[in-house]
Amino acid sequence: MHLVYPAVLSALLFCTGLYGVLARRNAILVLMSVELMLNAVNLNLVAFDVWLSKTATETLHSGQALTLFTIAIAAAEIGIGLAIVLAVYRDRGTSDIDRLRDSAEGPGDDPGPGDAAAAQDTEKAEATT
Amino acid sequence: MSLAAQTHGFLTPTGVEIAFLLVGLVTFGAALVTVTTRQLVHAALWLVVALGGLAVEYLLLTAEFIAWVQVLIYVGSVVVLLLFGLMLTKAPIGRSPDADSGNRWAALTVAVAAATALVWVVVDAFRATWIDLDGAAAGSTKVTGASLFQNWVLPFEALSVLLLAALVGAIVLSRRAKATAAASSAAADAPGGRPAEEGVR
Repeated sequence: MHLVYPAVLSALLFCTGLYGVLARRNAILVLMSVELMLNAVNLNLVAFDVWLSKTATETLHSGQALTLFTIAIAAAEIGIGLAIVLAVYRDRGTSDIDRLRDSAEGPGDDPGPGDAAAAQDTEKAEATT
Repeated sequence: MSLAAQTHGFLTPTGVEIAFLLVGLVTFGAALVTVTTRQLVHAALWLVVALGGLAVEYLLLTAEFIAWVQVLIYVGSVVVLLLFGLMLTKAPIGRSPDADSGNRWAALTVAVAAATALVWVVVDAFRATWIDLDGAAAGSTKVTGASLFQNWVLPFEALSVLLLAALVGAIVLSRRAKATAAASSAAADAPGGRPAEEGVR
């Protein structure tokens, strides 16, 4: 098989995930796009590992081992990510990442000193408990 | 590589290549629908198609073990977890017009530019390289297990510690909201407090 087929497919999938991460507004859809990007990397690793296992005499099968590690880390990442999204949703009532602007520094969306201090207080209270 | 180029034709694709191309088109289309659809649950269901298509691609690349791990973990658990997340955050079932943020044209520009650059470079670099799929499978369970437990034992064990840490972290993150409910209600009494404002919303 021509090596270009899996390589191009993985590049296209990666850019699809990149578009999703940049353009989506719901945090869970952003997590889905991150999964797409991770899968593109996995396809690249597998394709190059299959290519190298036939051309090189001594191989550690590093591509497939790293793919398994990536899958496990992606599973852990999605668990932690969803836990964070659910905690934010319970706290704020939204999972819309455009509205989570407490740490934003801009001229247009200045929350005001009292509001910022109160938000910092709640964050401190959350951090200590 | 010139010898390999003589035995392979540019314009005569093999059956495996045609199958890979067709499944790849389905996968890419499903991925595109996943990132563009306005119905949130449909996005998760199209993600199943994309991830399942990738499992078929792994099978075509003779990486059997990875393919079944992909089916088990991604299609079996990650997508179910994402659907649970969508349900628990009360995602709208129908069309939601604000699924895309305002910077989608900038995102489209960045993605198309990155795709053009990546595809150009990759095609230019590997246009004379072929994968030899004949002979024993490169990723059968026996081969993968042997290499994993001979050369990759230490990272494998470290990975189990990472999974344990992720498990504990997820439990801590989900318990935290319940423990701080009293603290946030106390902070709501402060003038201009954010929790009171969020409660209205």
